[in-house]
Amino acid sequence: MAKVDKDSLANTFLIAVFLCLVCSVVVSSLSVSLKPMQQLNKELDQKKNILRAAGMLPADQNISADGRSIEELFAEFTVRAVDLRTGEYVDDVDVTNYDPIRAASDAAISIALTPQEDIATLRRRENVSLVYLKATPSGIDKVVLPVRGYGLWGTLYGYLALDGDLNTIAGLGFYQHKETPGLGGEVDNSKWKASWQGVRLFNDIGQPQVRLVKQRSAASNPVADFEVDALSGATFTTKGVENMVNYWTGDGGFGAYLKRLRSNALAQR
Amino acid sequence: MASQKEVLIDPIFNNNPIALQVLGICSALAVTINMATTLVMCLAVIFVCTMSNLAVSLVRNRVPTNIRIIVQMTIISSLVIVVDQVLQAVAYDISKSLSVFVGLIITNCIVMGRAEAFAMQNGPWLSALDGFGNALGYSVILIGVALVREPLGSGTLLGYEIIPTVANGGWYVPNGLLLLAPSAFFIIGLFIWAIRAWKTEQVEEPEYEIAPNGQYKEAI
Repeated sequence: MAKVDKDSLANTFLIAVFLCLVCSVVVSSLSVSLKPMQQLNKELDQKKNILRAAGMLPADQNISADGRSIEELFAEFTVRAVDLRTGEYVDDVDVTNYDPIRAASDAAISIALTPQEDIATLRRRENVSLVYLKATPSGIDKVVLPVRGYGLWGTLYGYLALDGDLNTIAGLGFYQHKETPGLGGEVDNSKWKASWQGVRLFNDIGQPQVRLVKQRSAASNPVADFEVDALSGATFTTKGVENMVNYWTGDGGFGAYLKRLRSNALAQR
Repeated sequence: MASQKEVLIDPIFNNNPIALQVLGICSALAVTINMATTLVMCLAVIFVCTMSNLAVSLVRNRVPTNIRIIVQMTIISSLVIVVDQVLQAVAYDISKSLSVFVGLIITNCIVMGRAEAFAMQNGPWLSALDGFGNALGYSVILIGVALVREPLGSGTLLGYEIIPTVANGGWYVPNGLLLLAPSAFFIIGLFIWAIRAWKTEQVEEPEYEIAPNGQYKEAI
C-alpha cells in the first residue's frame, strides 16, 4: 500500500467527509424505505390501544375473543374531529393525519390553561381533538376519547372509553407513561383497569366527579358509583389519573361535546 | 496472534465482557425484565458489535489517529440507527418496550471497547469474529439474567406462564424486586461469583494484604 500520511490535515478531512457521506446515505435511505412500514405499525398500535380501552381487544393479544382482527374491529369506529370549545364536530380537519397532542403545542390552534383550569397539568390544550365513535343503528354504543394528564414522573397518555349513555366508563388504558414500575406503573394492571368499568362519571349537576379512593364507600352510598380503588404506594399517579379523567370529561375537555351528544342534538348525524 | 477459535470462544466465559471486564452492564439492567426483549437486544448487540468491528477494521489503516474515536462512534451510531429503524418497521411492539435502550447501544462500552481495543489492530475477519464473540458473551449473561428475572418476577417465560401466580389463581407471589433494576446487579454479581469459583484464574489479586499482627514487646 502506498504510504499515505494518514494523519495529515487533508486526509483527516477526506476521511471525515467520506465517512459522513457513506453513513448518512445508508441511514437515510434505510429510514426512507422503511417509513411506510413504520407508519403502518404506528397506526396499528394506536388502533390497538383504542380497542383495548374500549374493552374490545384482550391485552397482549392482537385478535379479539371472537377471532376478529384489529382492522376489522376498528372499522366499526368512526373518527371525528371535535371542537372542544363548542362541542361541535369540525369537518375541515383531516382526521387521519391530525395529532391533537402536537396541536396542543401550536399556539395558533391551542389555548394556554390557567393554573385553576389546568388540573391535569397540561399547560396547553388543543382546540380541536378527536373522538372515536362506535355507533349502532339505535344510537351510540361507545365513545373513545384521547386523554392525557401528569402523573408523578411525566404525562400519562391514554384513551378513555365511555358507554352509550355517556355517563358510564367502559374502560381506560394508557399507551405511554413514565410511572414507577410496580407502584404507579400498575396503571397498566389489567385488574385495576377492569375496575374502571361501570364507574359513573357525572353527578346531578353534570360535573364529572370520579374519585380514586383508599377505601370505597358502601355500595348503598350513592358516591360509591363514582369511586375507583386507588393504587397503593402511588399517590401522585392516582391523583393524576383522577384529575385527568375529570378534566377531559369536564368543561375543559370534552364536556361540551358530551353534553351535546347526550341531549341528542348530535346523535342523529 | 490469537487463533480464530480463541478470539471467538474466549469472550464467552474466559474473558466475558460483563463478568470479567464488567462492561456494558447498564443495558443488562434495563432490558432483562423479560426474555423477548432480552433476545432482541442480544441480536441487536451481536449485529452492531460484529459489523462495527468489521467496518472499523476495514478502515483502520486510513483513519487519522486524532479522529479515530469519532470515526468509530459515527460507524457505531449509524449501525445502531439501522437496527432501530428495522426494529420499528418489523417488530414494533418489542421496539417500543426496548424504547431508548436500542439507541443506547451506541454508548454500550463493549461495542466501543472492542472497536478501539481489537479492531484497530487486527484484520477484518478476526475483528468480526471478536465482535461476534464478545456480543455472544454479553448475550450469555443477559439471557441468564432474564432466565432468573422473568420467571421469578412475573411467573412467565417468553410470555408463557410457567409458575402460576396468585393474580392468575396460582400459588406464586411474584417477587417485585426482580422487576426493578437492582435485582440484575445481584444476579450479575452471583454469576461473576459462580464463574470465578469455576475459573479460579479470574479471581483478582487483592490490592493489599493486611499485615499480620506484630508481637508486642513489653517496654523495659
